Amino acid sequence: MRLPRKIIRTGRVTEPAPVDAGPRPALPPAADRLRGSLQIRQVDAGSCNGCEAEFAAAFGPVYDAERFGVRLVASPRHADALVVTGPVTKNMAGPLVNTFEATPGPKLVIALGDCARDCGVFAGGYGVAGSVADIVPVDIEIPGCPPTPEAIIVALRRIVDP
Amino acid sequence: MSVSGIAVALLQVALTIAVAPVLVGLMRKIRARLEGRIGPPISQPWRDLRKLLGKQRLVSANTGWVFSLAPLVLIASAALVAAIVPFLSTRSALDQVGDLFAVVYLLLLGTVFLSLAGLDAGTAFGGMGASRAMTITAIAEPTVLVAIFALSVSSGSSNLGAIVSSTLANPSTAASPQSLLAFAALAVVTIAETGRLPVDNPSAHLELTMIHEAMILEYSGPDLALLELAAHLRLVVFLGLLANLFVPWGIATTVQPLHLLGAAAAVLVKITVLAAIIAVVEVFIAKLRLFRVPELLAASFVLAFLAVTVSFFLA
Repeated sequence: MRLPRKIIRTGRVTEPAPVDAGPRPALPPAADRLRGSLQIRQVDAGSCNGCEAEFAAAFGPVYDAERFGVRLVASPRHADALVVTGPVTKNMAGPLVNTFEATPGPKLVIALGDCARDCGVFAGGYGVAGSVADIVPVDIEIPGCPPTPEAIIVALRRIVDP
Repeated sequence: MSVSGIAVALLQVALTIAVAPVLVGLMRKIRARLEGRIGPPISQPWRDLRKLLGKQRLVSANTGWVFSLAPLVLIASAALVAAIVPFLSTRSALDQVGDLFAVVYLLLLGTVFLSLAGLDAGTAFGGMGASRAMTITAIAEPTVLVAIFALSVSSGSSNLGAIVSSTLANPSTAASPQSLLAFAALAVVTIAETGRLPVDNPSAHLELTMIHEAMILEYSGPDLALLELAAHLRLVVFLGLLANLFVPWGIATTVQPLHLLGAAAAVLVKITVLAAIIAVVEVFIAKLRLFRVPELLAASFVLAFLAVTVSFFLA
C-alpha cells in the first residue's frame, strides 16, 4: 500500500507551461499540418549527451511536453520532426541523411543545442563533418549549451500550439 | 437478414470507431494523472490519426504485397468483429455468423497478417516482434478455445447472441464457478492480445522487449493510421466482448431505437470501467520478463481448463 499513498501524497508535479517571451521566428510551411500533434524522433549525431539529458527532462513529469500533444516515437517512419543534437560526426553524417529520407513528409528538422547549430566547441575537430544544416535542411533552431527544458518546451509549443 | 439488423451492425461499427481512440486517450490520461503528470488531452489519439492520414506514405523497396495488404486486413477484421459481437442488441443482422469461434479467428487473422508484415520489411525488430507475437498467440489460443467450450456448455451453443440471451434468462449462471473461471482466463488473454502490461508495454518505444510496436516500425502515414485505429478497435472489441459475455445486462433484445440507446450507454459504461481498471492496474505493475509470459498464459489455460471441467460436472 506504499505506492497508492505516495501517489496521493505527491499529487501533480507538473509545473505550469513556461511563458513564451522571445521573438517568434516565422514557422516553415510544413508546421501548419502538424498543429496539435507532433511525433518526434531524436537523433544523436555526435552529442556529449548534455542536450539529451535536458531533452529527456522536457518529457519527464515536471515539464511534461506530452500534455501539448508532442510524443517521442521509435521510428523515423512514425515521426513528423527529427530533433538532431550535437555536431554531425563523420560516422553519423550518412545515418542522419538516411533517417531524414526515411521520414515521411511534411517533416521538420529541429537543431537542438549550440553544437547542432554551429558545431560549438567541437568546430574544426578532425571527426566533425559539420553542423546539422550542412548535412540536412534545418527548419528550427533551439540555442543553448545545453538548452533548458523550458526553452525546448517553448520551441515545441510554437509548432503544435501557435 | 432484416434492414433494422443491418442498421444495428453498422451502428455498432460506427460507435466502436468513434469511441475507441477516445477510450485509449482516457486510459493514457488516467495513467498520466497517477504518475503526477497532466498528460495529453483525451482527444489526442484522434488528432494523431487525423494528422497521420494527411502524411506521406513511404514504403520500403524491400517489401512485398503483404506489407501493403496488412493494414487493410487488420482494420477490416477488427471492424467486422465490431459488427458481429453483440454490443447493442442480441438481434444483429450478423447473428447467424456471430459465432465465438468466428470472432476469435477473425481477430487471429489480424494478428497473423501483422506478424507477416513485421517479417516482410526484413528489419531486425520486425522479425523479433513477429516471433514474439506468434509465441504469445500460440499459447493464448488454446485458452480461448477451452474458455469458449466452458461458456457454450451452459448455453448449449457457441453463438454469441445465444450465450448472451441464456445468461440474461438465467442470471445465476453469470456468478457460476465455470463462468467466473472462464472470465479470469479470458481476461488474461485479453491483456495479452491487446498488448497491455504485464505482457507488452503500450508506451514502450524502441526497447528490445517491445512486441506490437516492433511490428509496425516500418509503417508511415495513412498505413500507420489504419494500424493504430485497428489496435484501438481491437481493445474496445475485446473489452466489449468480455463485458457483454459475462455481464450482459443492459443489452437490447429488440431493435427499437430507445432500447438501442440504452444499450449503447450501458456498454459504454462497462467498457469505460474495464479500461479504467486496466489503466490503474498498469501503474502498479511492471512488464513481465519475456520468458515468464508463457507462465502467465499457462496459468490462464489452467483456469480455462478448470472452467470447462466444472461446467461438465455441474451441468
